[in-house]
Amino acid sequence: MANLERKEVDEIALLARLHLDEGERVAMQEELGAILEHFAVLAGVDTTDVAPMTHAVPMDLPLRDDDVVRSLTVDEALRGAPKRDGDFIVVPAILPGDQQ
Amino acid sequence: MYDWSVADTARRVKAGEIDASEVVESALARIEKHDGDLGAYLAICTEKARSDAMMIDATRKVGGTLGPLAGVPIALKDNLVTKDTVTTAGSKILDGWIPPYDATVVERLRAAGAIIIGKTNMDEFGMGSSTERSAFKPTKNPWDTTRVPGGSSGGSAAAVAAGLACAALGTDTGGSIRQPAAFCGVVGLKPTYGLVSRWGVIAYASSLDQVGPLGRSVEDCALVLEAIAGHDHRDSTSLVKLAPSFSTALTQDVKGLKVGLPKEYFVDALDGDVKAALDKTVVALREAGVEIVDVALPHTHLALAAYYIVAPAEASSNLSRYDGVRYGTRAEATDLLDLYMKTRGAGFGTEVKRRIMLGTYALRSGYYDAYYKKAQQVRALIKRDFDEAFAKVDVILTPTTPTTAFAFGAKATPMDMYLGDIFTLACNLAGLPGMSVPCGLTPEASGGLPVGAQLLGKPLDEATLVRVGRAIEKANLVGDARPKGFA
Repeated sequence: MANLERKEVDEIALLARLHLDEGERVAMQEELGAILEHFAVLAGVDTTDVAPMTHAVPMDLPLRDDDVVRSLTVDEALRGAPKRDGDFIVVPAILPGDQQ
Repeated sequence: MYDWSVADTARRVKAGEIDASEVVESALARIEKHDGDLGAYLAICTEKARSDAMMIDATRKVGGTLGPLAGVPIALKDNLVTKDTVTTAGSKILDGWIPPYDATVVERLRAAGAIIIGKTNMDEFGMGSSTERSAFKPTKNPWDTTRVPGGSSGGSAAAVAAGLACAALGTDTGGSIRQPAAFCGVVGLKPTYGLVSRWGVIAYASSLDQVGPLGRSVEDCALVLEAIAGHDHRDSTSLVKLAPSFSTALTQDVKGLKVGLPKEYFVDALDGDVKAALDKTVVALREAGVEIVDVALPHTHLALAAYYIVAPAEASSNLSRYDGVRYGTRAEATDLLDLYMKTRGAGFGTEVKRRIMLGTYALRSGYYDAYYKKAQQVRALIKRDFDEAFAKVDVILTPTTPTTAFAFGAKATPMDMYLGDIFTLACNLAGLPGMSVPCGLTPEASGGLPVGAQLLGKPLDEATLVRVGRAIEKANLVGDARPKGFA
């Protein structure tokens, strides 16, 4: 659990689909490094045979009845879309160079 | 009428002593007068509140049935979605977003007759402890406007403390109801995980998030919780259980109850004034017939690290939905990857970016076991501590926060801010109910600021928190002090 390298900051930002400007990258490297240093406290804890706690309250996955119920109309669901063409959401080209 | 209790307001409206419309106009007038300075609200639901109040008055006049919160003006944290009312979660990436539906808790409040008066300011997506991380504006602490109200439900706490709402809803992922309640001198209750539906709650960390009330009394919080709690088939983590009733707990004394004091919470980081207030609370509870028992929660010091892995990991996944495609703001871009990167880069604030980065780091291929899995194992150890302690005691008493409300800009680094959460995080990791109750004010020389006592309970035992919380209230440790300038 060492400090963070600049290359890792760039990799993580890409994985997180997060554009960071130069100032943010510098700050992120320093601040995340300090936080990760604090996490080192966990490495020394003996967790042999401790099951990870994935949920606060143990429960089975519930299933609802397989009934048709009212949900949002297409128009309601698309009302917040930044760019729309009829019942479709418009996005830019998926591959660089294509048309949208 | 701005300081009327929830029960009193609803009783008067139902009896026809006052119209719901008058209650709403009074609340709107107070918001108009004070909120420019305080900054508790991001949106005021003026027209809808007026029409809802008219409906309640009309129903009463024809002899119709009114709900338990009839005419009570309630504020909502802005991460609870409201049909036809802008909901931003304090983020620029949702600026101007109008949800097409109401959250379950909003539906339930409306069904109980409550009037939604407005949406309150918060740290962006709930990530912060001061409301300074709102993308829109700061909220001030009504007790001292040079200080923060706490967070992330800072707008809700400030609105209730200043009498700009009768009660409010907040959300609590690592202390975001209890900490601002403590800083603003109000009561805040985080229910057991699963007691209140998260459907329509803008997700931060799904295994920790829970909605709960903030009010000026334990009774106010109990009545609001009764209205919002209970099973919801739309939330797969909702517990199948009857909604709680607190009518007995509100009147029952505390004689013979065992209250545990964990030494791990009375550490060097604890401010002397806060400790002094807690000492008086212990004396008051003893006088009320409670037995004080020492308990140990030996993994407490690991809660901070476990929380700041689990919560950012879940946040990095939850916040992947903000990509500029289906809703929210969108940046100009040349291709789809560019659209994601620029939309998120421009739309998220610094703290949100930091936690997304942290979470992405922890969940990376090859790092999962060292971080996320390890944190989940430590989480199990923290829960085990509580299980062992609750075999001996009914309730655990701690300070809610290590200090009272701090000044704007006082927390220079992210770690400084995170360390302020050390007493509230374990409760969320273990899924327990927790409540902060005002238990005193610091001396004038220290600013005369509110101090909160935190009560932690067994799963689904909110009733005992209410009982003990009432006992602390009855000891009258705060006196009749109110925030100056908001009379």
